[in-house]
Amino acid sequence: MQHILSFLFKNKFFILFLFLEIVALSLTIQSHSYHRSKFINSANVITGGIYDNFNHLDHYLNLKTFNEQLAKENTTLKNKLSELLSKDNQTSVSRIDSLKYNAKYKYINAHIIKNEYFKSNNRLTINKGVKDGVTSELGVVSSKGIVGIVTNTSAHYAVVMPVINENSRINAKFLHNNHFGTLTWNGEDYNTVQLEDLPIQTKVKVGDTIITGGKSTIFPEGILIGRVKDFKLKNNKYDKINITLFNDMSALYHINIIKNLDKKEILELENE
Amino acid sequence: MNNSIVKYSVLILALAFLQVIIFNNVLFNGYINPLIYLLFVFVYPIRENKTNLLLLSFGLGIVIDFFSNSGGSNAASIVLIAYLRLPLLRIIQSNKEFDYLLFNVRKLNLLQLIIYVFTLTFIHHMLLFYLEYYTLKGFGYILLKSFYSSLLSSLILFLTLVLFVKTKQS
Repeated sequence: MQHILSFLFKNKFFILFLFLEIVALSLTIQSHSYHRSKFINSANVITGGIYDNFNHLDHYLNLKTFNEQLAKENTTLKNKLSELLSKDNQTSVSRIDSLKYNAKYKYINAHIIKNEYFKSNNRLTINKGVKDGVTSELGVVSSKGIVGIVTNTSAHYAVVMPVINENSRINAKFLHNNHFGTLTWNGEDYNTVQLEDLPIQTKVKVGDTIITGGKSTIFPEGILIGRVKDFKLKNNKYDKINITLFNDMSALYHINIIKNLDKKEILELENE
Repeated sequence: MNNSIVKYSVLILALAFLQVIIFNNVLFNGYINPLIYLLFVFVYPIRENKTNLLLLSFGLGIVIDFFSNSGGSNAASIVLIAYLRLPLLRIIQSNKEFDYLLFNVRKLNLLQLIIYVFTLTFIHHMLLFYLEYYTLKGFGYILLKSFYSSLLSSLILFLTLVLFVKTKQS
């Protein structure tokens, strides 16, 4: 016993080193598994608060660009609205006059307070949390297209796993046909993602538009993702297809969180 | 001794703050991000308690991890170089008698200082990027990224050490 104790005492520096490394490594391993990084993340009050404060300056300097983006989005939305209104008049179906009744999705506005797009296991932090109705497993989009999925939340902040994260798997399809695949990221270029598991009969051309497939309860169908940049065939199968994102992942600010109001109903039905 | 813990805790908070608020926004060529918080390992005196060095380094790494959602990868990397610091200094100073009490980074000559700073920074960056990517698939890319990033980080660290650490200690 005494030998063991004296051995431990002699090597206490090394043992402390080993202990700290094991703690740090297990935290790292935990952070790489989706949904388990509960303990160390930037959605807590201190880190979120600090990012929020320093974000104001950055925001102020970029006001012009954001205003232009918002103005453009307004125009597209107005166009869509007028389209819808005219359709409504043509088909004289009586409708219950309630916004809630037909709404399948609710949008929550938020902005990004931290973005580390240059890291391979990166996360975004946003300034809305549980108190604003944000829960995990909600889709996040910007005016130009897809951003990611909410993974962790606190009272006032939330962490988003963007599409440019190696753990991200999102259902995506082509605009011009209904073949769908899985959207992943290989960790290299932050504006290029990869489409996998695409059936061979799909016709792929450079420049084809990719949209979300709507096969999950997270994203509605038809949210813009990007364009086909290049692709390779390997063993008579599509190897990874490179897709340039419509969003510039390094310059995100205003985003919307999509809440599927039918999610509970769909999940209950599927679990029966 | 308690006094020194307070002193170095303040230094840690200042470094973490600088790293998170300023240097994490500095990007060269799209992916080279200088990590200056390592300065702590270089300025912590050799004669102070080694156990405190490990604990404080771990604390600093965890603070950085909290801000960048990286689990414990920064902590693991900085604890490793805090541990390797003394053996490396012994190797670099092989021809001389090693004096714990009076040692100061400025006692090294220019070449020794460059080797010292770059080696530790490179080891740190390698481990950090490996833990971040978490796969051996892109090993060449990780190696290249670590090399370029540690060039930039160690340049900043080296200049800080040369300009701000006093030559003579009373």
